[in-house]
Amino acid sequence: MIRRLFVGAHPVRDNPTRRPAWRRAQGALPQVLLLFLVASIAFAQAIDPLPFKDHAQEVRFQSLTRELRCLVCQNENLADSNADLARDLRHEVFNLMQQGKSDEEIKQYLVDRYSDFVLYDPPVKTSTLLLWFGPLVILLAGAAVVVVTVRRRGRAAVTVTDDKPTDEGDDW
Amino acid sequence: MSRLIPFFGFLLLVALFGFGIWWNTQHDQREVPSPLINKPAPAFVLPKLDDPAQTVSRDAMLGKPYLINVFASWCIACGEEHPVLMTEGKTIGVPVVGYNYKDAPEDAKDWLAKHGNPYDMIIVDREGRTAIDFGVYGAPESFLVDGKGVIRYKRIGPLTPEVIAKELKPAIAALSKEQP
Repeated sequence: MIRRLFVGAHPVRDNPTRRPAWRRAQGALPQVLLLFLVASIAFAQAIDPLPFKDHAQEVRFQSLTRELRCLVCQNENLADSNADLARDLRHEVFNLMQQGKSDEEIKQYLVDRYSDFVLYDPPVKTSTLLLWFGPLVILLAGAAVVVVTVRRRGRAAVTVTDDKPTDEGDDW
Repeated sequence: MSRLIPFFGFLLLVALFGFGIWWNTQHDQREVPSPLINKPAPAFVLPKLDDPAQTVSRDAMLGKPYLINVFASWCIACGEEHPVLMTEGKTIGVPVVGYNYKDAPEDAKDWLAKHGNPYDMIIVDREGRTAIDFGVYGAPESFLVDGKGVIRYKRIGPLTPEVIAKELKPAIAALSKEQP
């Protein structure tokens, strides 16, 4: 049944005498393998096979390209992008790895050409101080507001204990 | 008075988001500032389109400023830019070097035969390897290189009459002041 769905009953093609030897194998295994093959091709489109030395290098390559931004589709990283330039840059990263360059050297190589924008993780510099520590500043400012408000309410509650327990809902 | 604080907070957010919207309409969000401005152009050796046996190198181009214009026949925005280069290319006062990027030479030749050739010279980077050194990430892009081989100006996206008048020509004028 699966075979029929995939191959289709073609009067000429399905004629056993005209079918090639591998098709004539009647077991389900070839079809299952074919199914996996088709599925894996569909998934592998963005990833071009590169001759890695070993698995460790492949893992390193994957994590490095995931930290680098594709310049063409700027919300994608190099590892995932299907853009032509992303493929070229993946190959470039791969070649630099083969030359024994460290992750930092490879990043610097790309930064020299495409600026810090290629890094998903921006470096701490004077121009990025606000980006790095802005949230902390806002958090501290919020904490200061909370502390001041709580103290003021505490004082108000002490002085007017008989009037109202707190100024509930009165303040923000 | 303290009841008004949330309202002021709200106004602050409106101002912030309003600024964000305004800011994003003022500049090209995709534009990546090139770190190569005021740095020496990367060394390149690339064949000519009309005669692949001849190569052009950065060092051979030293001495006079020139404009590198990255283009490809498959690039739609290059088609928009092309008529501008045809009419204004000769008026900017420096040679325009076409940089044929990741293109089949036959396609590039057909394209130029069809639309006209605004370039003084065309070099070919079929694989786009040298373009990585230039930080090219999408055609069209243009680089103004001075006589010392230093990149002085970069335009990402098509050159328009407005960009040529307001950015490119002043940049070229600044070069000629330096080198009398």
